[in-house]
Amino acid sequence: MSTAPHTLLDANELTLNMGPQHPSTHGVFRLILKLDGEKVVGTESVLGYLHRGVEKIGEQRTYAMFAPYVDRMDYIAAVSNGLGYCLAVEKLLSAEATPRAQVVRVILTELNRIASHLLWLGTHALDAGAITPLFYTMREREEILKIFENYCGARLTTHAFRIGGLQYQLYDGFEEQVQAFIDDFPAKLDEYETLLTGNRIWRDRLQGIGILTAEDCRKYSVTGPVLRAAGVPWDLRKTNPYSGYEQYEFDIPVGKNGDTFDRYLVRMQEMRESTRIIRQAVKQIPDGPIMAKVPKVIKPPVGEIYMGIEAPKGELGYFIVSDASLNPYRMRVRPPSFINLQALDKMIEGALVADVVMIIGTLDFVMGEVDR
Amino acid sequence: MEEKPSIKPPVVMQAEPWHDEFVAGVQQHFEGAILDSASYLGDRFLLVTPSVVVDLARHLQVHGFDFLVDFTVVDYPKRESRFELVYILAKFGGSERLRIKTRIPDGAVIASLTPVYSGANWMEREVYDMFGIRFDGHPDLRRILLPDEWEGHPLRKEYGITQMDEKWVKSNLGIESGQ
Repeated sequence: MSTAPHTLLDANELTLNMGPQHPSTHGVFRLILKLDGEKVVGTESVLGYLHRGVEKIGEQRTYAMFAPYVDRMDYIAAVSNGLGYCLAVEKLLSAEATPRAQVVRVILTELNRIASHLLWLGTHALDAGAITPLFYTMREREEILKIFENYCGARLTTHAFRIGGLQYQLYDGFEEQVQAFIDDFPAKLDEYETLLTGNRIWRDRLQGIGILTAEDCRKYSVTGPVLRAAGVPWDLRKTNPYSGYEQYEFDIPVGKNGDTFDRYLVRMQEMRESTRIIRQAVKQIPDGPIMAKVPKVIKPPVGEIYMGIEAPKGELGYFIVSDASLNPYRMRVRPPSFINLQALDKMIEGALVADVVMIIGTLDFVMGEVDR
Repeated sequence: MEEKPSIKPPVVMQAEPWHDEFVAGVQQHFEGAILDSASYLGDRFLLVTPSVVVDLARHLQVHGFDFLVDFTVVDYPKRESRFELVYILAKFGGSERLRIKTRIPDGAVIASLTPVYSGANWMEREVYDMFGIRFDGHPDLRRILLPDEWEGHPLRKEYGITQMDEKWVKSNLGIESGQ
């Protein structure tokens, strides 16, 4: 017991447990809040409920066998995970995907970025009490999932790519279906913006909430839309282009204040930019083989590489050490969600309880990737 | 265990030496602490002694590499210094990257990077959780992904793929095995 004098006011510090089963934690994530009245004075994150030991599994599987596992980390953006993994192994093998495969990879990953952002938007708005946007975003996301399903039979854990190229040949009507989607989609984005961007309640809930400055982002190793909303135009598709991103014209949307509203604007704009990339790519899918010449049995030379890509949530990286055997010697995944989640404490500090769910939503993390 | 059949291809990484003004500057600043500088498939790295890692990170923060991308460990049980610590640094907002590597034996304690990068906090906790490496000066060194009372460090090479802390599983989950 403390001997400090107590008044009724300073005696009511309350510890509130949120999760692991809580609708707005977006997965099994437990947050312990220390409250002073309505104000949050401290937080503690408890994770690991979905830990499956993906990195350990990676050491026990061959390079080709491990590829489907990566889809199960960030299951909202499985295509991006697969792209990062394939590019990493290709770098280790000094191989490159065929031109046709590269363009299709860009189309599918950008579609996946839109699908990921749509799920974020719907649930983020739902957290704020706006139910309608969720139905709308699910409707458009369904169109993207249909394209994935037609292409590879799976909607979420797609395993769309193989080391050296694509898993499948494109189906008849792929271009038309993608074209129809991107022709339609900008109008749908306008529709969401009519519902939200100028909405007084939406703005009041988002503006000035959960501010993370550029300097904080640097210290906390934060990447992705959260970093760009703080005004830093860092996007690996521009600075370290992969899979032919350098040939597409697109802008990097940035915010100014690094608050929740800016992160909303940045992600909305990113969806428009993704549409722009797909529009350019779908017109120029070259003919040719979908698989480069890579050995059937993959045994990269001894060495270690790191390959990072711009996934919807931030920088997704693979650090692979090869000992010239069939399995990777070490398979490290740099999960953007895990590392971005660390900044949660900083963002919540001093916020009100009601804002906590908005701040959790704006970070857009997926627990499957945080825990691996 | 040491002898390998002689027909095998090279068993060391075919890295190219990397020498330029930048490396010379770092070498001059940290005399004798930079053991190697090389690049492999375009990824550059410095191999340094464990004692200078934090100072080097601080030095590089001022000289361009001011973003900690990732921190991880590779376990080589046959080596005398079995753990190879890998820090991946980048230029904030730029394309250049650099890795710092250092090697420590089992049981050695290394200085924490959290005073330089707050983001190193959870990365080091994960490394502690998975490899059992302790960090000096870490504000909150607990397990992060596994339960606090768990025995063993799964990413060490001697830890089996189906191995688990049977006592913990039995007493907390009431089952014989999670497999």
